[in-house]
Amino acid sequence: MKEKTKYVPVPSRSILPERDAERAPVLECVKLGITLGGIKAVEDFNLTIGRTEIVGLIGPNGAGKTTVFNLLTKVYQPTTGTILLNGQDTHGMSTMQVNKAGIARTFQNIRLFRNMSVIDNVKTAMNNEMRYNMVSSILRLPNYRREEVAAHRRALKLLSIFDMQHMADAPAGSLPYGAQRRLEIVRALATNPSLLLLDEPAAGMNPSETADLMDNIRKVHEMFQIAIVLIEHDMSLVMNICEGICVLNFGHVIAKGTPDEIQSNPAVIEAYLGRKKEA
Amino acid sequence: MTFLNFFISGISLGSIYAIIALGYTMVYGIAKMLNFAHGDVIMVGAYVCFYATSRYELHPFLGVLIAMIVCTLLGIIVERLAYKPLRQAPSLAVLITAIGMSYFLQNTALLLWSSNPKVFPSIIGRGAFRLFDGELSISHITALTIGACLVIMAVLTLFISKTKMGKAMRACSEDKGAAQLMGINVNATISMTFAIGSGLAAVAGALLCSAYPTLMPTTGALPGIKAFTAAVFGGIGSIPGAFLGGLMLGVIEIFAKAYISSQLSDAVVFGVLIVVLLVKPAGLLGKMTQEKV
Amino acid sequence: MTMRRLINLKRVEARRIYLTYAIVIAAYIICQVMSSTKILSSSMRGMLVPICAYMVMAVSLNLVVGILGELSLGHAGFMSVGAFSGVAAAVLMQNVIPFAPVRLAIAMIIAAVFAAAAGFIIGIPVLRLKGDYLAIVTLAFGEIIKSILNNFYLGVDSQGLQFSMLSDTTRLLPGGKLIIRGPMGISGIQKIATFPAGFILLMIALIIVFNLVNSRSGRAFMAIRDDRIAAESIGLDITKYKMMAFVMSAALAGAAGALFAMNYSTIVANKFDFNTSILILVFVVLGGQGNMLGGIIAAAVLTILPEKLRSFSEYRMLLYAVVLIVMMLATNNAEIKEFLSRLNPFKHKEAD
Repeated sequence: MKEKTKYVPVPSRSILPERDAERAPVLECVKLGITLGGIKAVEDFNLTIGRTEIVGLIGPNGAGKTTVFNLLTKVYQPTTGTILLNGQDTHGMSTMQVNKAGIARTFQNIRLFRNMSVIDNVKTAMNNEMRYNMVSSILRLPNYRREEVAAHRRALKLLSIFDMQHMADAPAGSLPYGAQRRLEIVRALATNPSLLLLDEPAAGMNPSETADLMDNIRKVHEMFQIAIVLIEHDMSLVMNICEGICVLNFGHVIAKGTPDEIQSNPAVIEAYLGRKKEA
Repeated sequence: MTFLNFFISGISLGSIYAIIALGYTMVYGIAKMLNFAHGDVIMVGAYVCFYATSRYELHPFLGVLIAMIVCTLLGIIVERLAYKPLRQAPSLAVLITAIGMSYFLQNTALLLWSSNPKVFPSIIGRGAFRLFDGELSISHITALTIGACLVIMAVLTLFISKTKMGKAMRACSEDKGAAQLMGINVNATISMTFAIGSGLAAVAGALLCSAYPTLMPTTGALPGIKAFTAAVFGGIGSIPGAFLGGLMLGVIEIFAKAYISSQLSDAVVFGVLIVVLLVKPAGLLGKMTQEKV
Repeated sequence: MTMRRLINLKRVEARRIYLTYAIVIAAYIICQVMSSTKILSSSMRGMLVPICAYMVMAVSLNLVVGILGELSLGHAGFMSVGAFSGVAAAVLMQNVIPFAPVRLAIAMIIAAVFAAAAGFIIGIPVLRLKGDYLAIVTLAFGEIIKSILNNFYLGVDSQGLQFSMLSDTTRLLPGGKLIIRGPMGISGIQKIATFPAGFILLMIALIIVFNLVNSRSGRAFMAIRDDRIAAESIGLDITKYKMMAFVMSAALAGAAGALFAMNYSTIVANKFDFNTSILILVFVVLGGQGNMLGGIIAAAVLTILPEKLRSFSEYRMLLYAVVLIVMMLATNNAEIKEFLSRLNPFKHKEAD
């Protein structure tokens, strides 16, 4: 084990981008924390995210980044702290309810509905906006057909953002790795989130795929005007795309700021980038 | 005093369930499969013991020993032939194979030993200890059953925690891949588990038929299901859980028979199981595992 | 990136659905012709209705096991709830509705409603559990239903329905009639179940399941099966959809139970025990989980097989067990599968 990082006091700031400053933030975490198996996996996590901000969540392996996502989406219930989503306290909500309230996510180890077709993966995510019941689906009533056609069109449109419309009928599990990652993003978008959480979207991609992904994330951001938080180890992607960056180490936030500030922050360099330079 | 009598017969029946449940729970812990043929191994054990003692007139304890040897071999063979080739298969396929194996054993028994019920001679006679001026009577077989269960439980706990093989078993149940990398022979360990479970089933068969002396090819089926329920009740995969679950199930069954209705006792037993699982979804001593996200 | 030809799942599924309908209809016509021209032996004719009932059972269990991905070991329980409520309803309607097919249809609907109610009650604990624990609870419910029906007495007289538990204390007025007699079950049933009725029920079951699978509910079921956590993360109400699948499956099983019961003159609760539940599960697994046609064919083959093996009399159940084990090994062991595909000359040509 490496010796524990020294905590250099850093100016922790959460200044929203100018365009979001006037509006209420989409997400506010206050003193969020969880104890897993006696270990404080995340402690005293504070973060405010503006309406249309792109935030990077970085840190060494095991720093608690995915745990933060699991807390936000209520896969784990936090042991301390508050999460305000669009000003609403998510205390006691389930994963499903948090999604309905506006958070959608992807997973580090891709979790697709592998035996279903690509387009059905996307249409499943539109489940809550479809307005027909079991009886009309069994009897194939007109509103079933209308809603299905509409959902199909929208799903194809979403897939076309990532240039995947030609794979619509293939089983999701048979897609190449990069396409599976992209499909997860499309599926998350299909739930109409106001906050999109991407867990290592570029993991396992080659540089050209990563560059395409970066463009696609920008495109999604412009089209939907939503807030995005991404966990990523690819520093060029994070530094390029994110307006704000939050650095975690051993479950604690050690720095927050713009990409420039983070790159020159001594604590971050020691905990994270510094080690990379030695290599 | 009748209450105490019922309680003791409950503990005795529960001891049998516990011994059978140990087989279910150990196999589940390591191979992650529900071995539905386990109940029928009990029946085979009982038949072997029956023929050894009644036809060849061996000492009952020698009969039990022979039954244990036969069942141990049977367990190993069944595992080798039917379950080992399906190590990588979906769990439902293994379950159906186990059910097929259960039918196979039952029908083989039907051909070999016919469907006529045999009257099983108790392995230690029909005597009883009488206490409190005969108000409380504990038959010898009841005492032996409870004693056997305690001994088995103690030996098995020591075996699992102290011996090399026991440690290998625990390692395999935690993570087969990692165990293999540490040089543990996973296949041999699984075989060993089946061997122990089946050997115990033979003991359970002899005890069961000594207490309830009707022996048929389907004798093992219902106690098998109940013991499986007991294993789940206590938390499947947990050895103390099987012990506790077995005892509780036996006591509940006898009390339900005595105080509610003998026809509805099974419904009461299963009803209690459902209530327990609602309160503790992984059984009394089972651990909830959380899926990693 | 390598260009791979991806399977068109939509086309494959559509083809499978039409093939299923076509085969079921064709099989029905062939059986009808054969039975009217007496090619079919009378023992085979007597099996047509039970086969239909088992096929519906296979379809209904497939909804839970293949589509929703949960193991149920107590499906015969729903069948028995349907059988008893359906037959009781048919007896009560005997004088009101003289036309047998209508009486059968109403009895099956009532059976479906009762079984669905049982499915709902069972669904409540089922929703909280996972995997093997869920399976054991369905097993437990199957046994509880059997015990209760074994001790249930229902009679009718001029004052209406009377029922009691454990022993017959209904004290019916003169002229009253005891319908359900505890462990004796129901006897003197009018055999109004017919092969066409069985065929229609099977078609309805198939239409319901296929249409449900290709709707938002069906997609939700499959999503829960493939990845529960991801399904929750996109806002699916797991509880609601699991319940929906269970209740629908129970309702179909109930209708099948009523059909099955009205093919016999006597029906007892012990007929629908754990072994029957397992038998239906075997249909589903052998036919391929989620594959309705496979389940239907397996139901037919495994119902006829023991009859055809009668010439081996004593050995038939043994053979059945061996067939079951060998089939599972052949379809699930990688080495055996490879060996078999090498034996298959058609596959070889395709590979070249």
